Amino acid sequence: MTLSNIVVLVKYVPDATADRKFEGDNTVDRVGVDGLLSELDEYAVEQALQIKEKRADEEITVTALTVGPAEAEAAVRKALQMGADKAVHVQDDAIAGSDAVATSLVLAKAIEKIGVPELVVGGLASTDGGLSVVPAMLAERLGLPQVTLAAVVETQGDQVRIKRDGDTATEVIGGTLPLVLSVTDQSGEARYPSFKGIMAAKKKPLEALTLADIGVDASEVGLDAAWTQVDTVTARPPRTAGEIVKDEDGSGATALVEFLASKKFI
Amino acid sequence: MSEVLVLVDHVDGAVRKPTLELLAIAKRIGEPSAVFIGGADKADAVAETVKTYGAEKVYVVDDAEIKGYLVAPKAEALQQLAEKTSPAAILIPSSAEGKEIAGRLAIKLSSGLITDAVDVQVEGGEIVTTQSVFAGNFTVAAKVVKGTPIIAVKPNAAAPEEGAGAGAVEAFAATISDAAKTAQIVAAQPRQATGRPELTEAAIVVSGGRGTGGDFTAVEALADALGAAVGASRAAVDSGWKPHTFQVGQTGKTVSPQLYVANGISGAIQHRAGMQTSKTIVAVNKDEEAPIFELVDFGVVGDLHAVLPAVTAEIEKRKG
Repeated sequence: MTLSNIVVLVKYVPDATADRKFEGDNTVDRVGVDGLLSELDEYAVEQALQIKEKRADEEITVTALTVGPAEAEAAVRKALQMGADKAVHVQDDAIAGSDAVATSLVLAKAIEKIGVPELVVGGLASTDGGLSVVPAMLAERLGLPQVTLAAVVETQGDQVRIKRDGDTATEVIGGTLPLVLSVTDQSGEARYPSFKGIMAAKKKPLEALTLADIGVDASEVGLDAAWTQVDTVTARPPRTAGEIVKDEDGSGATALVEFLASKKFI
Repeated sequence: MSEVLVLVDHVDGAVRKPTLELLAIAKRIGEPSAVFIGGADKADAVAETVKTYGAEKVYVVDDAEIKGYLVAPKAEALQQLAEKTSPAAILIPSSAEGKEIAGRLAIKLSSGLITDAVDVQVEGGEIVTTQSVFAGNFTVAAKVVKGTPIIAVKPNAAAPEEGAGAGAVEAFAATISDAAKTAQIVAAQPRQATGRPELTEAAIVVSGGRGTGGDFTAVEALADALGAAVGASRAAVDSGWKPHTFQVGQTGKTVSPQLYVANGISGAIQHRAGMQTSKTIVAVNKDEEAPIFELVDFGVVGDLHAVLPAVTAEIEKRKG
């Protein structure tokens, strides 16, 4: 099998260093705070571009796909600037508040609409929801295997090999295209867009799709369609200021031992 | 009472601690049924362990045919078992693998999924989960409103409870599709045994950061005195002082131990995301302005290379 198409999943997320908060309906405020391409998705874009570059004779098209509000265009723009060939942005007011299940549905339908590629690449997790389940759900919907959390990625022909750090072992995983791949921040530093890349990105195609375009009914997505329901969101009470001591000639160690003993850790 | 399926997390038949925690949670909801997907020859030993912690039933899915394949076959087996038993809930360890199994299972069963639960309780007949989000700055109470609740639970969400269940062993023959048998483990290099608890499961974690200057001797000695796991900040990992498997934080492991001791770690948001839900937090840092001190229950402003060895010596002395 030759590799002709790679779709990279990118997400626009609230800036983790900004003051992230929730809306009145317990969904993440994705409008009121500064956003950007999820840092962890940049590694996915990078790996897709590296695969394309290593297999230069196969004329691979890398498509960046995002689902989100108008501002989310910034995420696919960044991917185009890094070197993706084209971008698809699914935007529909009905999508707001969607959970991972609905998000995976929209992604699956969008991918079917643009043509199921041999390879779908995603990041480790978004830096906001952090669920890490969308790639698995998407793979299930597309009927594809998934190889995930890759620290090292190699492809040859229709074979994909990754190396990853499991909980109890370092593993080498093998899979056959087509499949869904997710990569971690260990996979390799993501490139910065060059000036040339930024200029070129302006001429690259960016296709906007609505739910109707991809054949998803509005009732299947959004907050009301969610298979889970958030009852309450509570800001963590600020930790009550702890006791801080300055170490002088061993006094710090003595005080720390007393503290640990008082909490029965020793 | 309905059954509650608990997926057994194990390494070649050695049951890992999060499984025992899930059994304790399952008891709050209904009758715990452990689901062991593994070698049939290990089934008796596994059954003995989970029975001690309250499993009423133990379903054994022999993995001879699917060993080495990734999550898809496990999701198929769980789907078929769920369709047969109509459980009140399905509990899965919220590890990387567990979450992938749960994600696939949710789509297969058209059921809601909650991951990274740090608590699960039954309130007014409903299963209510607690999650900690945005680097632990918010607590979310949520429930599943469609299908069979599938809940991926983080380690240390409950204390294992001994209390014998019936532990009736039942073989379950799952039909695994060829499509599920594609991606597979080609080679695995088991992590070198350190004699210390696994990072995400440990009750106590002692971590080192930039302030160690690359010398983890004092950090490791304190960890051993406390019976703790050793962790590291991203700065320490990026410097090559510890492998990535030690990293605590957004792009590493998320830990929620009873006690977290941060040494020479400034406490950047990336690190906080991985440890902020620890019950008790202690820090040792030379810089009194370090943001980590905003989080601590107890902090020492001082040189970790002086403070930690003294603490370790005192602990050893008290232990006698």
